[in-house]
Amino acid sequence: MDTVELQAIMEAVIYVADDPVKPDQFKEVFPDESIETLEQALKNMVESFNARPGGMMIREVAGGFRMTTRPEHHEQIRAYLKTRPNAKLSMAALETLAVIAYKQPVTLAEILAIRGKKSSTALQTLLERKLVAIQGRKAVVGRPILYGTSKEFLIHFGLNNLSDLPTLEEFAQLAGEQL
Amino acid sequence: METSENTEKTNQEFESRSEVSGITIHLDAFEGPLDLLLHLIKKEEVDIWNIPIARITEQYLEYLQIMKDLNINVAGEWIMMAATLIYIKSRMLVPQEKTEEALAEDDDPRSELVYQLLEHQKFKNAAEMLYTREEVENAIWNRPPADIIEEGNEVVSVTLFDLLRAFNEVVKRFESQRLMEVSQEEVTIEQKIAEVRTLFLVHNKILFSTFFAEARSKRHLIVIFLALLELVRMHEVFLYQKKAFEEIQICKAKETA
Repeated sequence: MDTVELQAIMEAVIYVADDPVKPDQFKEVFPDESIETLEQALKNMVESFNARPGGMMIREVAGGFRMTTRPEHHEQIRAYLKTRPNAKLSMAALETLAVIAYKQPVTLAEILAIRGKKSSTALQTLLERKLVAIQGRKAVVGRPILYGTSKEFLIHFGLNNLSDLPTLEEFAQLAGEQL
Repeated sequence: METSENTEKTNQEFESRSEVSGITIHLDAFEGPLDLLLHLIKKEEVDIWNIPIARITEQYLEYLQIMKDLNINVAGEWIMMAATLIYIKSRMLVPQEKTEEALAEDDDPRSELVYQLLEHQKFKNAAEMLYTREEVENAIWNRPPADIIEEGNEVVSVTLFDLLRAFNEVVKRFESQRLMEVSQEEVTIEQKIAEVRTLFLVHNKILFSTFFAEARSKRHLIVIFLALLELVRMHEVFLYQKKAFEEIQICKAKETA
């Protein structure tokens, strides 16, 4: 298949998908093409798609590709949809989530030690919103539950994978400058 | 163990006090003691590596008093921190007998707290970063999911046996109603399929039981049933139930070109 058509179909598949489309999922669509060809075609398609000054863009989220609107148009889109911004997470929830994201898998007691305060309410919110998932139990006395971030976490914060997060050292440096 | 008992006691004291005025405020979702210390350190512009512990302790206790006066339910960790601060203060006043091991280690009684504060500030910064990212993500939309199947995405597919059982029920209900058999009004499967297609132009889904409502004869019922099977085979409709053995829903299949 010629590249132009291949890329057009890729664009269409990303459009109809409910979840970010992973590159290897295109192998199912194009079984005759090599994975290298597909990846190269995909990369070029995304680049040229995002280079045009249109209202949509293709982003790499949670290991796949997803078509979204552009953030700079949010006011006008909201005016049309007549919606208000989603309920944001509280600072307590975000702090708890930050600890989980960087220290995972982590127990509630370990979160308490870092935050210096009880975090069970915040953790409950995060579990309900599926940003955090139970990842098993720690092999110590009492076998406490271990928590980690979910795929939903990556999607919610527009991350491709966990290594997209800035390193903790960067925040440590910043903390040193602030204090 | 003793400390936690003490904390509980003090907590009860705070709570009984607040009962007098009636309103208790819980700070669970807000800042904790480490946040207050960071706030004080920044406000006083003191060096984190050389915290004037007496001054900071004094101010910390003042805030605690304000919280008490405002009937804020002060959780155990606030009192624990007050105890820690007072302990550090006392250790700094009393000259320690220094063993060789203690000398080799960092023996500033403040250092553990300092590391805790730095660690906490680090994660506060990380939380800020998440806040900003969330802000950006809230400003973009992706394609809304096609809401063919209403909330509760767990659905159970319908087996042929479910279908036969449901059809059997429809037939039984029909028979119990004892409607008059209208003389041979022949409806073919093809006609019925055409009818259903028109129906699905308006509706997205139909309950299995209502699907047969207009049948006037047993033969008609069977024709409708066969038409349904044919539509399923052609993937024009699909059948689902929210739980096993629940009412079967007939749903228009997604428009696929």
